[in-house]
Amino acid sequence: MSPLDLKKGASRKSAYDLKTPFSDVNERHTLAVLVDNVDGVLARVIGLFSGRGYNIDSLTVAEVDHTGHRSRITVVTTGTPQVINQIKAQLDRMVVVHEVHDLTVEGPSVERELALVKVRGTGTERVEAMRTAEIFRARVMDTTTESFVFELTGAPDKIDAFVELMVPLGLVEVARTGVAAMARGSH
Amino acid sequence: MTRMSGAEIVVKSLIDQGVDTVFGYPGGAVLPIYDEIFKQNSIKHILVRHEQAATHAAEGYARSTGKPGVVLVTSGPGATNAVTGLTDALMDSIPLVVLTGQVPTFMIGNDAFQEADTVGITRPCTKHNWLVKETDALAETLHQAFHVATNGRPGPVLIDIPKDVQFAEGSYMPPKKAKTSHYQPQVKGDMQEIAAVVEAMAKAKRPIIYSGGGVINSGSGATQLLRELVSATGFPITSTLMGLGCYPASGKNWLGMLGMHGTYEANMAMHDCDFMLCIGARFDDRITGRTDAFSPKSVKVHIDIDPSSINKNIRVDHPIVGDVGHILEDLLRMWKADGRRTNADAVKKWWGKIDDWRAIDCLKFKQEGNIIKPQYALERLEALTKGMDRYITTEVGQHQMWAAQYLGFEEPNRWMTSGGLGTMGYGFPASVGVQIAHPEALVINVAGEASWLMNMQEMGTAMQYGLPVKQFILNNERLGMVRQWQELLHGERYSSSWSESLPDFVKLAEAFGAKGILCDNPEDLDEAIKEMLAHDGPVLFDCLVEKHENCFPMIPSGKAHNEMLLGENADTANAIQAGGAVLV
Ligand SMILES: Cc1cc2nc3c(=O)[nH]c(=O)nc-3n(C[C@H](O)[C@H](O)[C@H](O)COP(=O)(O)OP(=O)(O)OC[C@H]3O[C@@H](n4cnc5c(N)ncnc54)[C@H](O)[C@@H]3O)c2cc1C
Ligand SMILES: Cc1ncc(C[n+]2csc(CCOP(=O)(O)OP(=O)(O)O)c2C)c(N)n1
Repeated sequence: MSPLDLKKGASRKSAYDLKTPFSDVNERHTLAVLVDNVDGVLARVIGLFSGRGYNIDSLTVAEVDHTGHRSRITVVTTGTPQVINQIKAQLDRMVVVHEVHDLTVEGPSVERELALVKVRGTGTERVEAMRTAEIFRARVMDTTTESFVFELTGAPDKIDAFVELMVPLGLVEVARTGVAAMARGSH
Repeated sequence: MTRMSGAEIVVKSLIDQGVDTVFGYPGGAVLPIYDEIFKQNSIKHILVRHEQAATHAAEGYARSTGKPGVVLVTSGPGATNAVTGLTDALMDSIPLVVLTGQVPTFMIGNDAFQEADTVGITRPCTKHNWLVKETDALAETLHQAFHVATNGRPGPVLIDIPKDVQFAEGSYMPPKKAKTSHYQPQVKGDMQEIAAVVEAMAKAKRPIIYSGGGVINSGSGATQLLRELVSATGFPITSTLMGLGCYPASGKNWLGMLGMHGTYEANMAMHDCDFMLCIGARFDDRITGRTDAFSPKSVKVHIDIDPSSINKNIRVDHPIVGDVGHILEDLLRMWKADGRRTNADAVKKWWGKIDDWRAIDCLKFKQEGNIIKPQYALERLEALTKGMDRYITTEVGQHQMWAAQYLGFEEPNRWMTSGGLGTMGYGFPASVGVQIAHPEALVINVAGEASWLMNMQEMGTAMQYGLPVKQFILNNERLGMVRQWQELLHGERYSSSWSESLPDFVKLAEAFGAKGILCDNPEDLDEAIKEMLAHDGPVLFDCLVEKHENCFPMIPSGKAHNEMLLGENADTANAIQAGGAVLV
């Protein structure tokens, strides 16, 4: 992700499109938001979404620059093009926000998520769970005679598919990180 | 580096920021700062009677001077009382710097005495806020706070300062050294887009300029440029409630305010125009009415410093992000350099149409009999104060709309009203703040009796500081605006919209040591107003007016601009239908 090198505010080259089409169709967008890692920054971002009635489908946050104290928030949201643009403009005007990137429109990107999946079972179910895990390239992180904890990374829909297959095989618990995303290419 | 206590750093930072006045109320968690205030003479502290009033007074100070208003209150209840004013300032883009005391850092989270999660509570009602946990960070944070409050779209900021941070020693940093590089909103507009606007202006057949509070936020230069633009083009101009004064009410291109209670000509022109130049206004729902019927035939330009204002409610064709002053300068320069002319014939025809609408005379009213019409009271107030160095504040309700309609503003920063939040109780403390900033000026708060009671304790402040604020109460003994809606919407079932058990306002004034005047007859009105103006001190003017007067014109909620209700003979029975009734 290349910094846009924009001053705060916007121009026609900004992350958000000032000439957005008005349409009623909901779109799913993945936003990468670089913020100062200061007290309450996550509350600020989440408060914006809840206060203005925007959707959060997934949200991850971690400090990515320990010297500059910058965190990267990846948020997956759905809304009409107009709402998506409002979200970006509202995020960008926050004092703690340095950059907002809409990975969905800025070009091809990769989206990955990590999941831990616990499955309990014996006999054929246990064997089937292990076989499916191999197909999905999940790793076994913990095992007992009657359970596994698998670790799986991939696009969110791959994880959805795996979890669904585990339901009849004794799914006990799922923990997911939410999406981390990044633009493809050298920039 | 100079070492000093946190409290000293606070006061020194304020002084270095050029602050001359702080509105506040003390308490345990800010005592060290109050102690420092006691020891110096550069900053005047105004002791209000309620923290909400401190915030509104600071808003009045800010709006009438263009400088940020500063507030100092204690933790817990002091901070929570300030929440309404913070929200009000956020909605109306008023720069405030609010300092709150907090319990010591080591007690935070323990439900300590007078602890409240102030940054948590005020996060959604400030532009930004900070909890400062180290004395060394205090000076820089304070300077950043002033920077954020006043740059870009102005707004309120809050700094929460635990008591131990006020006592501890730290190093001071002057304003110039503070890091503010990260928050630098764009002020220059996109030249390509400005060129497109110049082109569209030259072509326009039915143009209108729709100006707003952003022009006033931008400063006196912007107002000047706006006036130049109007005279260079001859375009008609209207303004929102928040923008009154950015173009003179006596100017010949002035159409009056637009919107729900705006003039017929302004709203009809907005509806029928083919070119709309929106300058520092935000397409608020009081303006647009039904959005799908809003100005259907126009090319729309929107100049705004906040990208989130653009395309929020109404889709525009030419968005320009930046500061009004900077953009108008470029726009005018380009207009002149290109030797542009307007489509004079078409614009002349358009004025003909506008004059027909004007001829309807939508603000006419009849003053008959011996009961004062509120419109008449304001018309007389206007006539008797015209040309004076006058500032007007208002409360919220019918009287506020009548004040906007019947008083004329020639200059910006002369009109202080709560537009976005519509806070009853705003006007009196705001008038206090304005009078502090302009000790020699005539400051009048046009009030409704119900709103005025919401912050009447400020009589004490007005008396203590000898502030000759005039409280001009249009007393209809009703929550008038609510009653009007109940008439139009709820079958005249006047549920709790009476002002019962009102005080005797003259005696009330006297109880505070102020002057009270009662007027209930149109014939006595002029003399009574003159008496109010002549008195050198606070006056409580109880003007008994017609009780069931409605405020017209009115665009019923859920209707379009060209579906206005005009005065007297308006068919109000079925004015608002089910769809509109859910709107407020
Ligand atoms: C009872 C009641 C009735 C009302 N009826 C009406 C009515 O009939 N008509 C009416 O007009 N209002 C009415 N209002 C007020 C209304 O609710 C809004 O407050 C008002 O219309 C908003 O004004 P504005 O669009 O000028 O925006 P403001 O709230 O003043 O916002 C200013 C805009 O300018 C931008 N800006 C700020 N600084 C700059 C800068 N330097 N450069 C560029 N842009 C800048 C901001 O980002 C913002 O978008 C009513 C209020 C009440 C309480
Ligand atoms: C704090 C607050 N509470 C409630 C309202 C709702 N409200 C809007 S106008 C109004 C009536 C105001 O009555 P008054 O001050 O007498 O003015 P009038 O409309 O009669 O001129 C009320 C209750 C409000 N705007 N603010």
